Order: sequence, then structure tokens, then C-alpha cells
Amino acid sequence: MGLLSRKATCNTHGQDSSYFLGWQEYEKNPYNEVNNPNGIIQMGLAENQLCLDLLEPWLMKNPDALGLKRDGISIFKELALFQDYNGFPAFKRALVDFMGEIRGNKVSFDPNHVVLTAGATSANETLMFCLADQGDAFLLPTPYYPGFDRDLRWRTGVEIVPIHCTSSNGFKVTLPAIEQAYRQAQKRKLRVKGVLITNPSNPLGTTMARDELDLLINFIEDKQIHLISDEIYSGTVFTSPSFVSVMEVLKDRDLDQTQVWERVHIVYSLSKDLGLPGFRVGAIYSNDPVVVSAATKMSSFGLVSSQTQYLLSAMLLDKKFTKEYMSENHKRLQKQQKDLVAGLEKAGIRCLDSNAGLFCWVDMRHLLKSNTFEAEMELWQKIVYHVKINISPGSSCHCIEPGWFRVCFANMSESTLKLAIQRLKSFVSSIGMKSQNHQELKSLRRKSRNNWVFRLSLQSFYDREQDATTKVSFSYRPHFMSLSNIAATLDAAA
Amino acid sequence: MVSMSKIATGNGHGENSPYFDGWKAYETNPFHPIDRPDGVIQMGLAENQLCFEFIKKWLMEHPEASLCTAEGVNRFKETALFQDYHGMPEFRQAVAKFMGKVRGDRVKFDPDRIVMSGGATGAHEMVAFCLADPGEALLVPTPYYPGFDRDLRWRTGVELVPVICESSHNFQITRTAMEAAYEKAQEANLKVKGLLITNPSNPLGTTMDRETLKSIVKFINEKNIHLIGDEIYAATVFKDPEFVSISEVIQEVECNHDLIHIVYSLSKDMGFPGFRVGIVYSYNDAVVNCARKMSSYGLVSSQTQHLIATMLNDDDFLHNFIMESKEQLFKRHKYFTWSLSQVGIGSLKSNGGLFIWMDLRKLLKEKTFDAEMDLWRVIINEVKLNVSPGSSFHCHEPGWFRVCFANMEDNTMEVALSRIRSFILKNNESIIPRKLCRRSSLKLSLSRSLSRRMDDFMSPAGIMSPHSPLPQSPLVRART
Repeated sequence: MGLLSRKATCNTHGQDSSYFLGWQEYEKNPYNEVNNPNGIIQMGLAENQLCLDLLEPWLMKNPDALGLKRDGISIFKELALFQDYNGFPAFKRALVDFMGEIRGNKVSFDPNHVVLTAGATSANETLMFCLADQGDAFLLPTPYYPGFDRDLRWRTGVEIVPIHCTSSNGFKVTLPAIEQAYRQAQKRKLRVKGVLITNPSNPLGTTMARDELDLLINFIEDKQIHLISDEIYSGTVFTSPSFVSVMEVLKDRDLDQTQVWERVHIVYSLSKDLGLPGFRVGAIYSNDPVVVSAATKMSSFGLVSSQTQYLLSAMLLDKKFTKEYMSENHKRLQKQQKDLVAGLEKAGIRCLDSNAGLFCWVDMRHLLKSNTFEAEMELWQKIVYHVKINISPGSSCHCIEPGWFRVCFANMSESTLKLAIQRLKSFVSSIGMKSQNHQELKSLRRKSRNNWVFRLSLQSFYDREQDATTKVSFSYRPHFMSLSNIAATLDAAA
Repeated sequence: MVSMSKIATGNGHGENSPYFDGWKAYETNPFHPIDRPDGVIQMGLAENQLCFEFIKKWLMEHPEASLCTAEGVNRFKETALFQDYHGMPEFRQAVAKFMGKVRGDRVKFDPDRIVMSGGATGAHEMVAFCLADPGEALLVPTPYYPGFDRDLRWRTGVELVPVICESSHNFQITRTAMEAAYEKAQEANLKVKGLLITNPSNPLGTTMDRETLKSIVKFINEKNIHLIGDEIYAATVFKDPEFVSISEVIQEVECNHDLIHIVYSLSKDMGFPGFRVGIVYSYNDAVVNCARKMSSYGLVSSQTQHLIATMLNDDDFLHNFIMESKEQLFKRHKYFTWSLSQVGIGSLKSNGGLFIWMDLRKLLKEKTFDAEMDLWRVIINEVKLNVSPGSSFHCHEPGWFRVCFANMEDNTMEVALSRIRSFILKNNESIIPRKLCRRSSLKLSLSRSLSRRMDDFMSPAGIMSPHSPLPQSPLVRART
């Protein structure tokens, strides 16, 4: 039409990514224990549903919080009118205390440095608008959360340049990788304004080691750029090593009150730690008052509902409750993660060692026909359509090695998890079976069962060989589809 | 040394405008009937506080709206997890129903076209992002809400070109004015992508008549540009003429519906600015689609969606609320404008909104914006009222001020009125009409004691009660 903006007509919203397409497939055929036991199990959505039952008794005991009352008296009017972008003071105080608790009180936060935003989605975009001009770039370690492609770039015009991390060292950030990314940006004539890390990592589920954080601080100090640490999963660290925030490292190195201190900003949210994504509670924490001021004004475009600020200030102020909640949260996350890891191991699938997050970074490289992203897509499609599990392929997270998948475990019951593991086990056994007949693989659109007739030799995880060693004994014409075309194809198939 | 972005370090947030200066003055010394009786009274904030008792009563009777029942608490989990950017179906249905009711059910709104945003502030920015690229322009009739300078331009890079409206036409939008603005944009090499109207108008408090709306729709259709109708004050129309929405007009006039978009919110009609319920309603599928994806940056809290859905799906409440709100606004507006007229202060004849467009041209030392600023400073510092000067609304003529009347209790209103009266009587005897003196058989003089008697005359305890039916004063300086 030419009548809409370029932003409206481009693909930078990222919704054509397999990350979102898998969700769409799930929506069409969602698993339900009773009503749809053969549906697709959602393991592509990083939600924390394990502790919501703990909230209910608290709410019953504290009816004023939901009822918008204070000491039994309605404060509805006060809340309905409260639109101050500086936020509800009690809520900000409660939030910073909560953030401090999560960091073992090794750092304390000042409520005046918090900017409330409608979810971390808004927080990340707002920080981009504050720190970078159109055409500037931020460096991000891969693999990273697919939503960043939209949140950081779409309306801001900022570019992302990847810092490639590999399985050779557990996907840790290294100095050569950062420098390589910086050079790459310069080659593309992009001005680098900062680095953005997610710690604990999505999709890896690991916390950053102190030496990684030191490395990053040294780098941003040297280049005089910003560091954004998205710590949205900080409360999901369920086992050692314990969480170390970049703020703690700065403090330990006596860098607080220096220039680099003012260039480090944290993004937080209650969507993952407390499992409340619907309430849209995000926050930016910055040591730079100019950033706080600019971000506060921008937060007008996405403030947190006062009704929600009030509810959560009451909840977070109950420190006894939050301590118990977080402790139970960690226990349940740890159990669920252990169950998933053990179950996958029985199926011959290994996961990256993880201590946090709501997902595992699963190594299915040995299940690929070839060490390519086409093969990864093929495998992914089988898992979504035939195994009926939605998981997120590593390529959607910009992983540089094919074969890795993010598999979420915290958004389901134990029994559903068991079922998912069972399905995967069956799948892995079936592709390990020798078959007499060669058959052309039917199109994935057909509802009838396909007989997979190929044999893969399972290889060890630590000595990856190239395609030559993989024995494939079937005839199948792989259809490579670029990520952006999948949408059209899936639409046609629907 | 790396800096922040140009956007963050520039002035695009617009907070250095006098519109916000007045708020700052209020914030450093806010009026309180007991604690700070000499403080600044806030008449620069367009809030609707007149119906809270009514809403509170409903809330007490419906704890399920706040998830406060045993069942509700069970629903809590579902609500807490609900982050689908399509929004809760019951929420969209309830909003669509409300919007239809407010338009007398003359239009039906499709819940699937309703897209959430972070208040109307978020909605406007989102629409600008969808319709225009940086450097392109939107036409906006003056005077207009100062927030548009930020909402439409700041992070989007879009330009605003004013469509000048004048008091000689009662500030109505004319075809000539639209054409002139369009040409001006072309001369400046700006590609015009759309026209944004606010109807009912902020700051005028007037609704657009059908003919004007038709003319606007014809104009945008001819030029093939978008029409954004900000209808945030739709339910605040308290007397005739009835509100006519662009959604009605496009049923009568041939036009490309892909060009039509409505911005809405519950902040004014219901008085819920704290809940951040903004809506984009577009007749263009591609815009709905795009806006929906963008709404991720400002979704409505699911807790709030649930509250609003329950409230607005109650048909009785809906009907009664709309009636009650109109009645309260009508009474308050009538009393306020009548009281002002008694001291010779007129305002643009209005039938909606939460404010009046007050005419203080006579009080200007000279017909300039500097004089307007001088007068405004006097009003803030001496009369201790925060009102908004017309220049902050990009008004083409000096001397007009927006004064809000729906954001305070009755007694605060009385204090504000008495301060205005004192100020007028002290400074400008000549503007008090002689006819009034004779009619009321009061000899008005400059003395303070007399002005106090005037206060007695006007106070609720005296002859005139704010709630009794007031005669329409023939001396109301309506600008017709």
C-alpha cells in the first residue's frame, strides 16, 4: 500500500521466526491432559508456573491487596488516579528490597534509581532509545533470547552484532569473541554503544562466572561504552554456583561511584521470578541519573497499572512470604530441571549443565542428519509436528552451532513433563531403528504417520565428525526453507 | 566518551513547556483544604473525579471484579499468566460494547479490532510508528493537547504541522485551514501521512458537528492520508449537540476505511488514568496486525483487564454510569461557567470535556504571547491556580486558557472561584458588566468587603447552591 510506515511493513518484529511459529502451532493444537491428550506440549514458553499455588493462600490472607483497600478502607480513587511516572513509592521500595534479597544483600539498590516499565520488553526497548541512536549497535552474546531482535531493534533502528559463543567452552563469553564482534561492527560501520548480557542466561540457563563479568567490565571500561545486564532470571537460580550480579562485581572492585558505574544498567521484571507475566511489571535500574530521568519520561508510553503496583507492593513488603516463596520456587525448579535432565539422558540426550532459568539448553546435535541449520530445522519440524512438542531451535536464538534446542520445563506439571520425556524417548528410539524399506518421506503436511527410514550413527558428544561419517540410508529430499518463508508455508499448511 | 542517544538528551519529551511548569508550581505547593489552604489549586490536569463514589459502590458489590472472592483467587493464576497481546476476549468485548454505547449504539465495534496500549499516550505513539516514517508529518488542528508534541514526535521522528483554527470560526476546522496546512507541509518538503483530530476537543471542550466531520473525511480521502480520531473524551459529552464519532461518519460518506483509526482510553471517560488502559481501534487490518505486535511494549495489566471486563460487561452499570457521569459533568460545568460569567469571564461554548476554554483576552496588557505568559504567571503566583496557557496548546491567538473543573471536590471549586473573583474585582472593574450590577442590585466596588459579600451570595450556604438548577445567565459570555 505504501501508506504505512516502513516499520509496519518490515519483518523486524521477528514474528516470522521459528520461535514464534512453534507457539502458533501449539495454539492450534494445545495439549490438555483431559481434553486433548495428543496435542502439542508447550516447551517453548519460558513461564514459571510452579509456585502460583503459593500465592493463593497469601491473597486470601491479605484481601486488601487485591481489594484495593488499605486497613480495610477503599483506596480505589487514589489508585485509579495515580499516574505518576515516578511510580508508587512503596512499590519501588519493596521492589529494590526484593532485588537486594535475591542478590544475597551483597548489593543494595536505591528506589530513586528505578524506572518502572510495562514488562522487561518495554524496559529493554526504552534503554535502547536512551542509549543509542538509529543505526548504532549493541553487542550481544549468542545464543540470545529471540525477542531481543524485536525489543532492541524494531522501532529503535538499533542493530545487534553477535558475540559468538560456542559449546567448546560451555558457551562462555571470551575476550577474543567480544573483540571479534566489535571489529565486525566496525567493518559494518556501526557505532557500538554497548554490550547487553542476560545473566542468568536465556537460553542457556547458566549464571555468568565472575571472570566473565570482569572481562565485560574491563571491555566496556576500555571502549567507554554501556553494559546492560538483563537479570530477569536472577531469582530462578536454584543451585550453585550462586548468582553474581554485575553490580556486585563493580562493588567488589571498588568501581562504584566511578564513570563505568554510571554506564552499567540492569533490567528486571517479575514475569519469571514470581511467574506474573500478565501483570506487566518491568524495571530499569541505572546508576546514571540522566538515564533514570530520560527513561522515566519514556516510561509514560508503558507505565505499570497502579492497581498492580499496589497489589505487588503489599506482596513484596511481606518479606517472610517472599523468602518462603523464593525458597520453595528454587526447590521446585531444581526438581523439575533434574527430572528433565535425567529423562533426556535416558533417551541419550545431554543438556548443558545449568543452575538457573526455566529451561535447559539441550544438545541434539547427534540427531541431526548433517551439521547444518537445514538439518536442525528438519529435526525441529519433526519434533513439533510428529513428536508434538514445541521447543525452540537454537537458530532462532542465533546460536552459531546447529543442533541445540531450548526446552522449557517450568510451565507444566510433573505428569506432563513425564509425558513429554516419554514422547522424546520414543522418538529417539524410532530414529535409531534400522528399517528394511526405503520410503520417500511424505510432506510434513500429511496427517498420516510417516515411516522414517534412515539410520543415523550416534556419535559421542565430544568428538563431532562431519557429514561423511553419518550414514544416511534413505531417500529424502530435504526442503530447506529460510526462516522468513516458513510462515507462508505453515500458513498454507494450516 | 560515549553519550546517551540524541532522543534522550534532547528536549523532545516536551517537559520544558509551560504546560508542565504550572504542574511543577502546583507540586511544590499543592492546595489542601486543611493543611495548605493557600496552596496552588490544580486546574491544569484534565481528570474526571466526579463519579468515584458511584464506581466504588459497584466495586463493593462486585468483589469478583478484583478477584477477591474464593473463585476469583483461583482465577488469579490464569490472570497472572495471561500475557497474550491479543488481550482477554472478555476485555475487548467489554470495551467494544462501552464504545458502542457511548455512541448511542449507532455504531458497532468489532472486539477483534481492539488493540491495547499503554494508555492513550502509548496508543498515539504506536499509531505514529505504524503510519509514518521519521521525517514524515501529521497535520494537527490547533489548539491541541501539548502531550502530542511528545507522544507523536519524540521517539518516532515524525513531524507535526498545525492546522490553524481561529476564534472567529469558534476554532472549528475548516477546509481552507486543512488545505493551507497541507500546502505548508509540501512547501517544507514534508510528506503528510495523516490528520489527527481530537473529538471532543482538548482543550476546547467542543464536539465537531457532522458536516465538519464529513468535510474532514472527504479531505483525507482525497489526499489519501490517514485520519486518526482521538475520541478519549467521548463519554464526557454532557449536553447537546450529541457526540458524533468518525466511526459513524464513515458509514455515511464514501471513504477508504483503511485510512481510519481511532485512539481511545478509559482515563477520561471513566477517570482511571492510573490503570493505563489505552486502545487503538483501526479499520485497517495491516495496522491492527502491526499495532498488536507493538502493543507488547505497553500491554494492559491482566489484573486490570479483568477488572474492566467485569465492570463494563455489567450492562446496568454501563448504562447508569454513562448517565451519572453526564449529569455530574453537566452540573459542574454549568455552575463553573455561570460563576465565571458573573465576574465577566467568558469561555468558548462547550458541551464536553473536563475543562473550559477560558477567554482572558481582555485581561492581556497587549495582544501578544508574552503578555499571555505574564498573565499566566500572575495567575499561578498570585491567584494560586494552575491553569494552562493557550500557547502551550499552540493556539494561534494569545489570551485563551484551559481550565479544568472535574478534578476537584465542590469546596475546592468554591475556593478557586472565590480566588478568581477576588482577582478580577481587584484588577479589572471595567470587565464587570453593569447590567449585572443593576439586576442583582449589588453595587460592586473594588473593596474587599464587598467581594466577600459576593462570596456569600455565591456560596452554597447562600442563595445559590451548586446543586440547584441554575438560571442560564444571559450574561454568559459565550463565544458563538
